[in-house]
Amino acid sequence: MTQAAHPLAPEVRLVGTRDLAWLIGALLIVIAPHTLRAPWWLTLLTLCLFGWRFYYTLNRAPLPSRWLVMGIAAVAILGIWIEYRTIFGRQPGIILLMLFAGLKLLETRSHRDAAVAAFLGYFLIMTNFLYTQSMLTAIVMCAALYTITATLIGFSAPQRPPRANLRTAALLLAHAAPAALALFFLFPRVQGPLWGLPQDAYGGMTGLSETMSPGNLSQLAQSDAIAFRAEFEGDAPPQPQRYWRGPVMWDFDGRTWSIGPTMLADFTPLEGGRGRYRYGVVLEAHNHNWLFALETMATLPQGMRYTADGQLLARFPVRARMRYDLASVVVPAGIDTDEEAAALRRALRIPPGFNLRSVALAVKMRAASSSDGEVMTRAIAFLREGRYIYTLEPPLLGADSVDEFLFDTKSGFCEHFSSAFVFMMRAAGIPARVVTGYQGGELNPVDQIITVRQSDAHAWTEVFLKGRGWIRVDPTAVAVPGRVESGLARAVQAGEPLPLMLRPHLEWLRDMRFQWDALAHKWNVWVLGYNPERQRDLMLLIGIRDADWRSLTATLFTILGLMTLILIAWSLRQLVRPDPVQKAWRTFCGKLAARGVERAPHEGPRDYSARAARALPGARRSILRIAALYIGLRYGSHPSTPAVALLRRLVRELRLT
Amino acid sequence: MIAGLLERNPRFANWLYGFTPPERGTVVLVHRRVYIVPTRLGWLFAATLVILLIGSINYALSLGFALTFLLAGMGLAGMVHTARNLARIAVSVGRAEPVFAGESAQFRLYLDGGPGFDRPAILARHLGAGSQLVVDVPAGGLAEVVLAVPAVRRGWLPLGRVMLETRFPLGLFRAWSYIEPDARCLVYPKPERSTLPPPSAEAAAGALRTQTTGNDDFAGLRGYQPSDSPRHVAWKAVARSDVMLTKQFTGEAAAELWLDWQLLPAHMSPEQRLSRLAGWVLAAERAGAHYGLRLPALEIAPRRGDSHSAACLQALALYQQPAP
Repeated sequence: MTQAAHPLAPEVRLVGTRDLAWLIGALLIVIAPHTLRAPWWLTLLTLCLFGWRFYYTLNRAPLPSRWLVMGIAAVAILGIWIEYRTIFGRQPGIILLMLFAGLKLLETRSHRDAAVAAFLGYFLIMTNFLYTQSMLTAIVMCAALYTITATLIGFSAPQRPPRANLRTAALLLAHAAPAALALFFLFPRVQGPLWGLPQDAYGGMTGLSETMSPGNLSQLAQSDAIAFRAEFEGDAPPQPQRYWRGPVMWDFDGRTWSIGPTMLADFTPLEGGRGRYRYGVVLEAHNHNWLFALETMATLPQGMRYTADGQLLARFPVRARMRYDLASVVVPAGIDTDEEAAALRRALRIPPGFNLRSVALAVKMRAASSSDGEVMTRAIAFLREGRYIYTLEPPLLGADSVDEFLFDTKSGFCEHFSSAFVFMMRAAGIPARVVTGYQGGELNPVDQIITVRQSDAHAWTEVFLKGRGWIRVDPTAVAVPGRVESGLARAVQAGEPLPLMLRPHLEWLRDMRFQWDALAHKWNVWVLGYNPERQRDLMLLIGIRDADWRSLTATLFTILGLMTLILIAWSLRQLVRPDPVQKAWRTFCGKLAARGVERAPHEGPRDYSARAARALPGARRSILRIAALYIGLRYGSHPSTPAVALLRRLVRELRLT
Repeated sequence: MIAGLLERNPRFANWLYGFTPPERGTVVLVHRRVYIVPTRLGWLFAATLVILLIGSINYALSLGFALTFLLAGMGLAGMVHTARNLARIAVSVGRAEPVFAGESAQFRLYLDGGPGFDRPAILARHLGAGSQLVVDVPAGGLAEVVLAVPAVRRGWLPLGRVMLETRFPLGLFRAWSYIEPDARCLVYPKPERSTLPPPSAEAAAGALRTQTTGNDDFAGLRGYQPSDSPRHVAWKAVARSDVMLTKQFTGEAAAELWLDWQLLPAHMSPEQRLSRLAGWVLAAERAGAHYGLRLPALEIAPRRGDSHSAACLQALALYQQPAP
């Protein structure tokens, strides 16, 4: 006997206009964020492909030939190659996927093709996370996931109204949520990457760099991006004491400072001192090894390294948000007053032949002073009285950058001040170095977490005085006291382009942002920052020591099995649950039977209630009313929910005396 | 191989399928009887999940993990939902109108999904005949499925095994179940066209009147009575006036015929005779004659009308058939 084609097989079911409209709509949500990153012509092309496919459906025209589709693909791939000079990086790869979504639609005939396009849509959701994993992205992608799922359901039931499909999709996702949560927290996490990533995988991360030249910190300071968040046990230190130490710059070529070779050193924990703080830092990825710690670091976080110039380093570049816990002492009890001779020599080096006026000034100060400390005081006084202007848009400087800043332009950002100060110190024969990092940070009153942004980027200096060791001097704070006391916003002059969030007249916006930031921090720690370590902590919390992948998998499968059982039980319960109307009627019959009026098998509701009303005249009205309601609900054409509720209530309240 | 094994061991098949055919009354698909396996699309979905998982690990994407796991959970929930779409459907059978051998029997099944939720896209397929239909069962309502099964031989035709299948909601799983409700259809012998025999000599003389030539002469309309044959309803007039009317013909009070097994030539086989008799019954009814049927062990007195012809045809259909 010949078997007819299977009518449920997706291969033989043709997509309808409605299916296609849903699919295109879902894909549009997914690729919407990509259109901001893709070249305009490719976005346009993809949209045209969508529109073209839809036009074909409306006109019931045969689809374009395979050759035409492949031709378009070839031209578009060539275009991407011209745009990026490669088609294998992250960005071109994602753009290519977006294009394929359009091409796939163009050759979509059956529900099978359409389902593959929907799976491609799920995949495209993932590609968005490569750029941003913010809560907003998550919300938009949830909407996309929901729409794609409803679309898939529509393929299975073409006759069903879309609202019912949306309801089923919501139900499915709701049922998926517990299993998804269990998988998320219990699936054995592996620290990636599994293989080499494309070169542009970590592009676009902002933060401090190995070098500092005039203008690059002020550039960075115009960014609102978050550098890290710090969560203190107890109170946080006041703003002027919040110096977050980052890369230390030793080498100067007349214009640019750089960190030079890294010298690792053993770390000795600091005991005592005043102002001891314990805190955790959640650091954003910045693609460098260095970590930020409040000056002066008292404990070394596990697995981290320490350098001779007091920097905290990670073993690998920070390419994903990470967390570390440590303690710092604001005023240490005793500082190491020794320094290696080689380091001191390095801290004295200045390029010969540049910035001669500054050298001359330093030599003059030196001659007028009796000690290194006095030279330092004179230099500080020089900066304080020089009427320097603190600006986010410093004028461009030439070869003698220090001279031009100190004597001509007299306006600059923190890198100018620190660079000039260290230069003068070195010219006067006092070892000095530049320290970059962040100063301040904003305390969120909602959750007591300090958020440090790129706009808090700062550079200060350290001067080595015999017998006292390295001492922090912040020339910017000296010349422009407001910078450190109250932050960047008060220190720069009115009218300069501040980062949006630092503008003072947007107080309400700041309040809202505090709330948002508190939420975002939780999001970062629990959703985005969930990693193998956090997983171990969590397992410890529920009593599983040394959770390895075996115990995790066992727990996971137990939970998943339980959830499936619960789901099945739910589906069964819903199936065997009796009709509420029937149940109420049975209760009613039971109540009457208890008073001696039992229903005979042949008796219909009308006869029975009439007989019962005669037998129990006290409850006559209630009995007849219940029977009328029941008859209406049971045999009427449109049972209504309020009527069912009324029936149940009447039966419950029926008193037979 | 498995199909062959099941064919040879019907009891094993019954155990496996969870029921012993035929099933009387309403058949309820309990969970035990619903099977489920992933479809090809389901495997493709699983492959997509694996790629998503590898991507999430490689790029350490927390939201990627969340997406992958949410989709995995959805696949799991989809499995339960697919099984639920079939589970506890109550299948009852409707009346199958008798057909002649060589035609298709139209079996009616009613799927009742219960009041809880609707059950879209359920395929009912007759395994033997391959006829199939996809229906949506509304919440609290019935869906009717008509399955055509070729009627090859006269007698009772059992429905046979029917598969119910669904892939709703996601198409990632295919759930199915076999049922074999106790439904049967009467199959009349294939009628052979031939001229009617002459009115029998033994008929009462008073009853014998010459066969009027105008046996289909239209004489007028009268009000419809429930016993009237649908063939005589004046449908055109009904369409115009919404009142059921029946056409009356002259010459209806026609001759009395005996359709007799014994009158047929001796060389005819029993099946050929039954076919010839069936053809005569139809012709006689069309001619409006009073006719009776005589089989070796059975006699039906002369009458006319639809119920009479049905009784005659049933007698022919079940002639020397084992009782069902």
